[in-house]
Amino acid sequence: MREINCRASVEPMHEMGIANSILEATQKEADRHPGSRACKVGVRIGEMTAIDMESLRFCFDALTRDTELDGLELEIEWCPRRHRCWNCDGVFVVTNHDCRCPKCASLDTVCIGGEELELSYVEVEENEPSATAAEST
Amino acid sequence: MNRVPLQQKVLSENDRLAASLRERFREHGVLCVNLISSPGSGKTTLLERTLEALPREARVAVLTGDIQTENDAARLKRFGFPVKQITTGGTCHLDARMIERHLADWNLEDLDILFIENVGNLVCPSSYDLGEAAKIVILSVTEGEDKPLKYPSIFFKSELLILSKVDLLPYVPFNLEAAEENARRIHPGMEVLRISCAKSDGLEAWLTWLKNRREAFQHACREVVLR
Repeated sequence: MREINCRASVEPMHEMGIANSILEATQKEADRHPGSRACKVGVRIGEMTAIDMESLRFCFDALTRDTELDGLELEIEWCPRRHRCWNCDGVFVVTNHDCRCPKCASLDTVCIGGEELELSYVEVEENEPSATAAEST
Repeated sequence: MNRVPLQQKVLSENDRLAASLRERFREHGVLCVNLISSPGSGKTTLLERTLEALPREARVAVLTGDIQTENDAARLKRFGFPVKQITTGGTCHLDARMIERHLADWNLEDLDILFIENVGNLVCPSSYDLGEAAKIVILSVTEGEDKPLKYPSIFFKSELLILSKVDLLPYVPFNLEAAEENARRIHPGMEVLRISCAKSDGLEAWLTWLKNRREAFQHACREVVLR
């Protein structure tokens, strides 16, 4: 079984670094729960982060394969670009890069969402009795 | 099954290092700018022309990133200012740790401006905070004017857009107004400069931008100290 930390030091795409950081945080959390293993991790990724979801999943799978995190599920919550209007205080999702407030047409709006690159949760479950223990009985 | 909520950034380690770099830059009043563009848009040439135009006693330094070769550092060292090459060996962007490591034997007290030339790439560098005060994106007129729409993240996060190689406009089908409009759709109010390094057009405006930005930054740093 490969070491989780035995990863490529080179990141031909930055999704590899992102996937690696997600896994490090997941492992760190799992280590706080002895006798358990991480089975799922949730992340929030904003539209403006320039992260390609498919690449991220590809890197995530490549980094976990044949490690103790093999089978770890990745749940991605995609967060669109959202703005708040200073004029009418409305909040809206920006579509087609149009930052104009759809309610009052003001251009005086500020970005309040879409830059997320966050871990939201890790799910851990208790290890099943190991195969070797089962065999010895 | 037990769900443990986490409230942390994915790149928290990079962000932590970047925050400590930002604090050091603030403490010493060093304006750090992070130059980002596609390969071949003219980052190194702009820096050459910038260093060439600065007085000998200017307190500036350059960290220049590339996947391979020390070529850019060799080009930039000719002007007598401190220059260091960061060779990433394959990584598509600079990260805060690389900056920290390469700053190790420079004294920040000796600097007013630190230029960081990122690896040529419009995607990955936008995720990695280097502790800079401003990101600057360069788009040359030999590229498409729709690049801000194709790579919104970096245009969104950059304070200034430099449209480079404008001397080539007679030979390429590039619409400056459309490019600026696209950039401002992504980033309303974005500052834009038009520059030709070959013809020295727009360089004065760039140097003025730098000077004003540095003064505003250093003024803000002093304000924090006084408070």
